Amino acid sequence: MMRLELVKRPQRSALFSALSPFIAFALTIIAGAIMFALLGVNPLTAFRIYFIEPISQVWQLHELAIKAAPLILIAVGLSVCYKANIWNIGAEGQFVFGAIFGSAIPVLFPQFEGPLVLPLMLLLGMVGGAAYAAIPALLKTRFNTNEILTSLMLVYVAQLFLDWLVRGPWRDPQGHGFPQTIQFGDSSVLPELMPDAGRANWGFVFALVAAVLIWILMSRMLKGFEVRVLGSSPRAGRFAGFGLNRMVFFAFLLSGALAGLAGISEVSGAIGQLQPVISPGYGFTAIIVAFLGRLNPLGIIAAGLVLALTYLGGEAVQSALGISDKVARVFQGMLLFFVLGCDTLIHYRIRLIGLALTKQEGAAKLEATPKLKEAR
Amino acid sequence: MSANHDGANLLEVRGLTKIFGTLTACDHIDLNIAKGEIHALLGENGAGKSTLVKMLFGSLEPNSGEIFWNGQAVRITSPGAAKKLGIGMVFQHFSLFEALTAAENIALSLDDGSPISSIAAKARALSYSYGLPLDPDSLVGDLSVGERQRIEIIRCLLQTPQLIIMDEPTSVLTPQEADKLFETLERLRAEGKSILYISHRLEEVKRICDRATVLRHGKVVGHCNPREETAASLARMMVGNEVQAVVRAPVEGIETAQPLLEIRGLSRKPATPFSIPLRNITLNVRAGEVIGIAGVAGNGQGEFFESVSGEVLQQDAASVRIRGKDAGGLTITGRRLLGAAFVPEERLGHGAAPRMKLSENLLLSRHATDGKVFVGTGGMVKSGAVYAASQRIIEAMDVRKSAPDPEAAALSGGNLQKFIVGRELDRRPSVMVVNQPTWGVDAGAAANIRQALIELSRSGSAVLVISQDLDELFEMSDAIAVMHNGELSKPMPIAEATFEKVGLLMGGAEPGHAEHTLETA
Repeated sequence: MMRLELVKRPQRSALFSALSPFIAFALTIIAGAIMFALLGVNPLTAFRIYFIEPISQVWQLHELAIKAAPLILIAVGLSVCYKANIWNIGAEGQFVFGAIFGSAIPVLFPQFEGPLVLPLMLLLGMVGGAAYAAIPALLKTRFNTNEILTSLMLVYVAQLFLDWLVRGPWRDPQGHGFPQTIQFGDSSVLPELMPDAGRANWGFVFALVAAVLIWILMSRMLKGFEVRVLGSSPRAGRFAGFGLNRMVFFAFLLSGALAGLAGISEVSGAIGQLQPVISPGYGFTAIIVAFLGRLNPLGIIAAGLVLALTYLGGEAVQSALGISDKVARVFQGMLLFFVLGCDTLIHYRIRLIGLALTKQEGAAKLEATPKLKEAR
Repeated sequence: MSANHDGANLLEVRGLTKIFGTLTACDHIDLNIAKGEIHALLGENGAGKSTLVKMLFGSLEPNSGEIFWNGQAVRITSPGAAKKLGIGMVFQHFSLFEALTAAENIALSLDDGSPISSIAAKARALSYSYGLPLDPDSLVGDLSVGERQRIEIIRCLLQTPQLIIMDEPTSVLTPQEADKLFETLERLRAEGKSILYISHRLEEVKRICDRATVLRHGKVVGHCNPREETAASLARMMVGNEVQAVVRAPVEGIETAQPLLEIRGLSRKPATPFSIPLRNITLNVRAGEVIGIAGVAGNGQGEFFESVSGEVLQQDAASVRIRGKDAGGLTITGRRLLGAAFVPEERLGHGAAPRMKLSENLLLSRHATDGKVFVGTGGMVKSGAVYAASQRIIEAMDVRKSAPDPEAAALSGGNLQKFIVGRELDRRPSVMVVNQPTWGVDAGAAANIRQALIELSRSGSAVLVISQDLDELFEMSDAIAVMHNGELSKPMPIAEATFEKVGLLMGGAEPGHAEHTLETA
């Protein structure tokens, strides 16, 4: 009989720490091929349409940047949370509230024009995201609630609140009853980077700058050290004099602000007005981005581009092959699944039991019945 | 009762080698354990004792070498396989669930589906026949450390092992509890069972062990009969040179010296069902002296340490004073900034973050006190300065490691302790509070740590040492107080203190009422 067994490594493997996302990506491709075959499509054709055609022209790369920008912005914020062992799952809601706060200026004061408008909107967006993220932080520090549940549930509150706003008080009176706000004025629109080449706007630059800044914070600054200590061994963190409650607020406010910035950038850049749905699940997909990027802000840039491609690919196969664009969700889910699965290889190695025994029959009198709890 | 040296060997190890990266932790180890002997395994920290034992118990796989069990070559691929052969192990750190009963804990490890009641009955019978009385129905959380160790021993004995490996078993026991354990070991030997006994307490090795194998730097440096050796000659074999005896010069005019650490009426309610309340503790530690706090583990020492260090704040700001300032309301960082330094009992996960490098672990306790040196403008860490300082400490404390700046978890316990103590000494703190300064640390390193703490006090600092090791406290302290059930006795000047007096207080006798308590007990 042969079976697989996980054996704990004495130290975490640097090799598999780097390889794991690539193995996960390869496994996703294999599973994706099976899925396309089952849908009756030639996997090679499907992959060409899914992964290659969407980025074969310059204007398409701009579209990729538009999709990647919010993913990267949100994911670098989340990486700080997750490094601190704090589980903010509600970035989608913070994204929505950032968008709402920032949009307050162009919606409520459409006459207010000038160079100040956009910075103020972005600032308000960050404040909105941070304020909304402060709710689960407060609940956790005050009442010891589980932040996974509270932050997740607040996503639905935020989405429904936005829905009510655009159907109710903030609806465009001249909009023929469509549930949307007025179109933002010129000073409220995030400029495009290279208007001649494509639609990509300053949001992508924000994302890159945020990733670099968070990378410096986490790897070079005392605050980043505090995050890592509290995340990996809270008792040692307390001995160091770092406060866990302060960290909960820091991580939630920082990630909330970045999600809020992503929200207002999306609305003022790519969309140009508020509408009932402003995100194809960026806040949730960013969780995958954060883990695929190994919670490293520079890795997250690459991961953000890969996940942005899954969105574009989903749209492409829908129009070219008539497959539902939910395929994108399937790809994203498989990626996260395989990444988390492959991460096991960082701390464990796989051993084939049975093979080893038949090889060395003489010495194999002992039946090996190890258990993980004993191997510890 | 003496061992059967000529008889067949129960366990023979030939050329066992284990390599971790560039470090050869065990280098062609030869070891014979005869039936019915107590065999000591001696060595400094990092000498390879733990690695060797882990290979014998199946937790690690050797790179080369052979193991013979009753003359037959075997491969021990897992702890389960080791148990099947008849090798049992009692670990230094217990793995018991506090909220379960002793019998339930035993049942968890037996894993054979027999009902708890029959396990409890077996455990009870076994415990009495070996003179280790134990109530299988008692909750582990209510038991003393000595009693918890009995559970581990009984759990091991229930599997009827031929060879029992014991890792530093007396390090958590009172002298009286240790004597009981030795009786049990002698009974086991009389039954023909073999024991591999790992310890750094040379006197007890001389007392109960028939033979000893000494390791140094991963190699066997000698086999001997400990009874024919002196503690000094054994230590010389382990360390490779003479162990310096700790020197404690008398202090002059300590009565008039200024108290640097004052604890006044410190009380604390229990934080969890398993923790001990602190009851009205008062203690002064003056500049230039070392005060020792003795006590059986689990009598409030941990709670006391947390309260003094500032990991837990006090309601009454004046209940802890550092260098004349109220510190009860200050966090651990505030107390450090007043000049205090702390070394907790648990190294991994409390005194150090296991998965972080030594240089990062230096920053852990000194980011605020040495902020100017280690942290630059805008909160940027000056990693070059931190690294240089950590290398200075590694050098000063002779920390042995396998990489220039390894993760804390990659060091042996003693070497990590040297680093953690050195990290605080390097600051020249005016108040130093240490919980278990040399727990599991070998003789040579322990003497260095103790000497360094004494010298710190003699240079004008106040040193408070909490320890379960009475030898250590008598060696270091100018006065000894005893903690029992959350209360602290008055410090006894070392000239008046005896093992017996301190032992009585550890057992709960009130000072001045010792005889009365004995009669009712």
